[in-house]
Formats: sequence, structure tokens, C-alpha cells
Amino acid sequence: MSILVIAEHDNAELKGATLNTIAAAKAIGGDIDVLVAGSGCGAVGEAAAKVAGVSKVLVADSAIYEHQLAENVAKLVADLGKNYSHVLAPATTTGKNMLPRAAALLDVQPISDIIAVESPDTFKRPIYAGNVIATVQSSDAIKVASVRATAFDPVAAEGGSAAVESVSAADDAAVSKFVGEELAESDRPELTAARVVISGGRGMQNGENFELLYKVADKLGAAVGASRAAVDAGFVPNDMQVGQTGKIVAPDLYIAVGISGAIQHLAGMKDSKVIVAINKDEEAPIFSVADYGLVADLFDAVPELETKL
Amino acid sequence: MKVLVAVKRVVDYNVKVRPKADGTDVDTANVKMSINPFCEIAVEEAVRLKEKGVVSEIVAVSMGPKQCQEQIRTALALGADRGIQVETDAELQPLAVAKCLKALVEKEEPQLVILGKQSIDGDNNQTGQMLAALTGMGQGTFASEVNVEEGSVKVTREVDGGLQTVELSLPAVVTTDLRLNEPRYASLPNIMKAKKKPLDTTTPDELGVDIAPRTKTLKVEPPAERQAGIKVADVAELVEKLKSEAKVI
Repeated sequence: MSILVIAEHDNAELKGATLNTIAAAKAIGGDIDVLVAGSGCGAVGEAAAKVAGVSKVLVADSAIYEHQLAENVAKLVADLGKNYSHVLAPATTTGKNMLPRAAALLDVQPISDIIAVESPDTFKRPIYAGNVIATVQSSDAIKVASVRATAFDPVAAEGGSAAVESVSAADDAAVSKFVGEELAESDRPELTAARVVISGGRGMQNGENFELLYKVADKLGAAVGASRAAVDAGFVPNDMQVGQTGKIVAPDLYIAVGISGAIQHLAGMKDSKVIVAINKDEEAPIFSVADYGLVADLFDAVPELETKL
Repeated sequence: MKVLVAVKRVVDYNVKVRPKADGTDVDTANVKMSINPFCEIAVEEAVRLKEKGVVSEIVAVSMGPKQCQEQIRTALALGADRGIQVETDAELQPLAVAKCLKALVEKEEPQLVILGKQSIDGDNNQTGQMLAALTGMGQGTFASEVNVEEGSVKVTREVDGGLQTVELSLPAVVTTDLRLNEPRYASLPNIMKAKKKPLDTTTPDELGVDIAPRTKTLKVEPPAERQAGIKVADVAELVEKLKSEAKVI
């Protein structure tokens, strides 16, 4: 078997989710090649070559891959994917956007968000917002799957010495153009990679009050997240949403503040090692998954927490 | 211009589904079924584009057994002009749905196809991307803003790092994220009117599509249950527990 893993990167750095995806590839077994499609992404190729367990790194360096437009990257992935038994990508928004497109070009029914490898053709994945785990077997000749990063421990970023090969770019699909982006800038760790996450919900009442959480986060080196309710209400931007349709996190410590705990939110955080809930409603469903529950007004408890840390 | 909107019949958002005791499937007997929330947002977006004068006709499509006509009627009550049901009792996987939609796109020639980014049952997040691949169209997935311009559409997408805007030439595929709009409620007169709007039926066979499943669900099971822990009396006890018991800070 031979597995093609699509690297997640920003043309400068290899993103952590790639290491979890390579771990899933290892669980399948076989030679693991990594594709770095980007523009001016040589450093990413070199980083990928150092990852433990990688046989070969393919670098497609072209301006058409600069912004990971799915129309272009999927074409390349489908062309290269024909030579592999498996094609894997992280289940990030980039992977989820591109991978099904590549699978359709290969006439393959992809498998989204795998959380376990049972055998080379059989995988587990959550459905119904994580309320049910399905074991799914693929009969396609090439298995195409996106990998939920939190379900696989990352492989070591160092220790490998794979060959780096450049591959030529596919034709420009010429149906889409990058216009611009507004990326959140923060000195705090990335939500999906943080060891500690503190999230706020509707109970925060407004965006200014998230300042209370930022103060605690800075003491703990934590990332700050939010429930859908808080994002929908406009308190904070969408990139902070944790849940079924937002980000999936599994930190060592997750602190839910003023979050009731809808199943769609639990789907995004219930694999955290330790969960703390602070909520004034003692009936809130969040307490049913919390290791430590504190029934209190968050506007008293959070500032006190900050001073005691 | 014409817009095609795909809608899926799913177990209602508020129902907590469970696996059947024999682990073969989820138990959907006697549970409330609704239009997938992301599909509802797709219909709403199409209706708003029509109200702005950008769109002249909205065709709502659903696939599955007879009952999915209910979801097409919901879309018609929200403002779609006519419906198409692709009728089958067989299991439909996203690739098969994308192929059926492709056949309908070739027939209807819409300038825009709007779908939900994922359905809340399968959570696959695939169909829009696959339809775009099969038709060679550009894709604006996870949309939080859609602006149709002359010959193109600008789509702002919710991505992990924030927001990204792409411009796609028409025809194009858009998949909706939660914050694209807030769907309206269908008024009673519109629900009545919807019953009289045209609804055509076809089948995967008539569309020439092989819908044979490519994956097989071997088993479904509940996830590992998390035990509820303890309640702490105050912040001091919480900090103490996190330090000495959980050892996470």
C-alpha cells in the first residue's frame, strides 16, 4: 500500500494537523508520501521531509496553489492520487474544501472525519454531531479520507530524512480567483493546538466581556473559543467557534464559561481530557460532561479565577 | 438567472438519535423529520437573491423516498418556484447525489447552485464540492456572504483562520455556513400557495445515474460516554482540584 498525505501549510510552515494525518496513515500502514502544493513553499517541503515515517515529499510549487484554491489543488491531488491506495488530508476547512472535489474527480466516495483506522479499508467516523460512531468500509479502489486531527497523536516532526521531489503543476482550472482574506491575529495559541482552551457562550452577554476570558487565557497560555450562540450573537468572530460545524478541540483542559452545552457544542470538545464548566444554571447540560462543575455567576467566578491562578 | 437549491430531509435538529440495539443503523423510527438547517439557509439565500432582483427562478431539488416531497414543499413555501424530486428508496451516498445533481444541472442550466455545507445526519460535508468537481464549476464553500456580480459571484468563506473571499465565474456552486442568513418562517398563505406550485418527479435511472453505494456501514454504536464529575463549591476549590487532582495547571 502507498498513501498520499496532503500537507496543510501556509507556504511558510507545515501545520500541526499534517502530523496527526501522517499518524493516521501510519495506522493504515504502507509507504507514506506527502504532497506540498503551494507557492514559494520550499521550506514546507523541507520540514515535511524531516517528519518521522515519511518516504517521499512531493512539492508542487506554483502560483496557482498559493491560496489553496480547491479547483486547482483538487486537480493535482486527483492526478497524483491515481498512483496510491489511499489519499488522506486533515479535516480542516482547507482539507474539507479540497478533498471531496479530488475524490469526485477520481470517482471515489470519500470518508470524512475519520477518528480510527480499523483496517486499510475500514474506518470509524462520527455522525449525527458525534452522537453515533459509524464503522464504514469502502469498496472504492482508492480510499480517500479526511482525518480528524484530535483523534490521532501526532508523529514526531523530526527524525525523518525523506527525499524531496518536485512535481509539475496541473493546469489552472481558471474558474476561481482569490480576492482576499481577514485572518484573526492573536498572540495566543491556535485553538486546535492549544493545551488549554477557555470558551465563552451566550452567558458572556457581549464581546467586551470576553476580555475576562482573555485575561485568564493569558495566565494559562490558553486559546479562547466560543459557542455557536456567542458567534451568532456577534460577540466574537467565526474562527473561534467550537462545535459540530466549527472547530474540534481536545485540549488537556477545557473551561466552558456561560455555555449551556448543546449537543452541537459538546461534539466539538467532549474529547478534552479535563472539562470545567462554570455556569449559573445548575441544570445546564454542560455539567453532565464536566469533570469539575462550578455553579456560579461567571462575572464573579472568572475574575476570581484569574486572581487565584 | 436561475438558481438550483438542493434540500435534504433529515432527523430534526432537536432530536437526539441513538443506534438501534442491534447496531445496524440509527433508530429513526417515529422521529421528527425536517429540512436540513444548512439547506434551509440555502433556500433563504436564493429567495433573498430573487427579492433583490438578481434571480428570476428558484428550483428546489430533493432526493429520496416519497416523503422528501415535504421538504420540497417547505422550500416552495419559503419562496422557491418549483420542485424536482429524484425518487428512490435506495441509500443515496454523497457521490451519487452529486451525480444526480449534475444530471439536473445539465438539464436546467442554472447559473448558481446553492447547497448546505453539510447535512446534520451524515455530517459528510462533500456534496457541493463533488458537484462542482463533476460539472467543472468553481466552488464557494462554507459561505457567510454571497454577492452576485456580472458573470461572477464573490463568496466570503468561513475558514479556520477567519474569513476568505474568492471570486468564481458563473455558473458556480455555493455551500452555506450558519451565518450566511437567518431563514424566515413560512407564512400560512405561502404554505397554502406552495401546495399548488409545480413539483416534478424523476428517478436516478431516468437521469442515467448509477447510485450503487461505494461504502458500507458495518456498525453504528454510541460514543464512549463521559461520566459527569463533581461540583466544586467555589473558585478556590476548583483551582485546588485542577492543580493537585487533575494536574492540568
